[in-house]
Amino acid sequence: MQQVLEGSHAVAEAVRLARAQVISAYPITPQTHIVERLSEYCADGTLDARYLRVESEHSALAALIGAASSGVRTFTATSSQGLALMHELLHWASGARLPIVMAEVNRAMAPGWNIWADQTDSLAQRDTGWIQLYCEDGQEVLDTTIQAYRLAEWVNLPVMVILDAFFLSHTYEPVDVPDQEAADRFLPPYQPRFMLDLENPCAFSQLAPPNIYMEMRYNIQTAMDESLAYFDQMETEFEGIFGRRHGAVEAIQCEDAEVILITSGTVTSTSRQVVADLRHKGEKVGLLKIKLFRPFPVSRIRELTGTASKLAVIDRNFSFGASGIFAQEIRAALCNLPAHPPVYGYIVGLGGRDVTTEVIENIYYLTKNSTAPQQESVWMGLHEVNHAIGHPR
Amino acid sequence: MMEIRFHGRGGQGTVVATILLAKAFFQDGYYVQSFPLFGVERRGAPVEAYLRLDRKEILIRTNVYTPDHVVVLDDTLLEGVDVTFGLKPGGWILLNKPSPPADLEPFAGFKLAFVDATQIALKNLLGTRTHPIVNTAMMGGLARVLGMPAMTAIAGAIRNEVPSKPKANIKAAEMAYKRVRVLEPDE
Repeated sequence: MQQVLEGSHAVAEAVRLARAQVISAYPITPQTHIVERLSEYCADGTLDARYLRVESEHSALAALIGAASSGVRTFTATSSQGLALMHELLHWASGARLPIVMAEVNRAMAPGWNIWADQTDSLAQRDTGWIQLYCEDGQEVLDTTIQAYRLAEWVNLPVMVILDAFFLSHTYEPVDVPDQEAADRFLPPYQPRFMLDLENPCAFSQLAPPNIYMEMRYNIQTAMDESLAYFDQMETEFEGIFGRRHGAVEAIQCEDAEVILITSGTVTSTSRQVVADLRHKGEKVGLLKIKLFRPFPVSRIRELTGTASKLAVIDRNFSFGASGIFAQEIRAALCNLPAHPPVYGYIVGLGGRDVTTEVIENIYYLTKNSTAPQQESVWMGLHEVNHAIGHPR
Repeated sequence: MMEIRFHGRGGQGTVVATILLAKAFFQDGYYVQSFPLFGVERRGAPVEAYLRLDRKEILIRTNVYTPDHVVVLDDTLLEGVDVTFGLKPGGWILLNKPSPPADLEPFAGFKLAFVDATQIALKNLLGTRTHPIVNTAMMGGLARVLGMPAMTAIAGAIRNEVPSKPKANIKAAEMAYKRVRVLEPDE
């Protein structure tokens, strides 16, 4: 049934429909309404789950690693500094091959303190072995959270469902909330491949010396590849039940586009409007939305960008000393092709600065009117910056 | 697409008003989007919240800069906040005020309406004597001024979403709907 829901609550509804069995949370800034709503559901019996209020985000994930090892469906949510504090255990969850699902609300890293939208927190965790899915609206975030369990349990890897702070987490809009019966058809009870079991005692996460460690890492990569192949099949099943699909990547009017804008998160949604308006004026512009960031859908991106003459990657994140992180990934995906369009990088919206239609339109025209990229990244809309640094003698 | 900006103070239910109106407009067949000014909310501090509505899906996810209409839940804000900032010419300004402002100069070029939502909230025992919650009354006033959403949709949204005193809140909305006054240009 269609309801007007907050983005955070759309995640909570999905976790309820997925029948998560253990939920852990550290309920203080930068936490969001996601775990607040779930705590209400656990308290009033709407959701039959064990709710663990822990003392830090590190503990939140540690608790789920224990719970998931016992073969139950688990969930937590976090943001920015909270995610950073989990870092050690992010590796542990994937290395132990536990299908934990976490919602990650993209908030900027401190200092200076900032709770607003910025993707650098989750992208800084790209090498931890988690599947990462970036969403653009409330419906996608609900659907993706349900799908995340299918994906996680299929390949035994943890999944991060990622949403922009405020522009999605605190925005109310119509969202179709499926009924439990349909959700159950898509997502049957979790059948763990292995678990802590008194009848079948096994050791978990033991010493892995050089003669086996490398193969264990290779297995994680194999699972990543498998999740990429499985994604479309999983979405086809989802579409069969719910009539919706979002795609690991989505190409909008890319076939004849000269410039393709490449986006993720809520910037995609605003860019859809910009592309429609520019097309109306006769501009040959397309839009490529990247939802699946890990595993990175390299071959799809190669196919979909090949016909364009220029690519403009819009990053709401930054890797200091390098460039926008999606731009890096796109460059890496294309570099071994004999020929590919030049990749322009634009940095926007850090720390929640608004990415308006004017900013996106400006990026399009800057790209269109340029003969070749002059630098790795163009920072959009910077106020005057004082570059002077006092050096000690 | 229509964009409405709400000015209030933390604790008056400003953000909740936009959520309830979003639900009421949705019930009336609109596609809706509502969100607060993204920040840290504190009781008594100036807050802003926004509502977008359209007959088709709303794609843009940016702040509201040029609202079609403005609702002011606390008239003490008029001293420190330019509530007409970015407001489109001819847009409505709905004020929570017992009488029209003495100085109409700042509102030139806009349509002005006012309703004593504080009095209505006090009469219906919403909030406390010092901190009346005026949001539902302002919703009723807005429904009259815009001619939408239907009062049945507003009552429905309040009934479904407001856990405390839904009946008194619906009453407040209905009273404001009847009492809101439009300032005629020659007044």
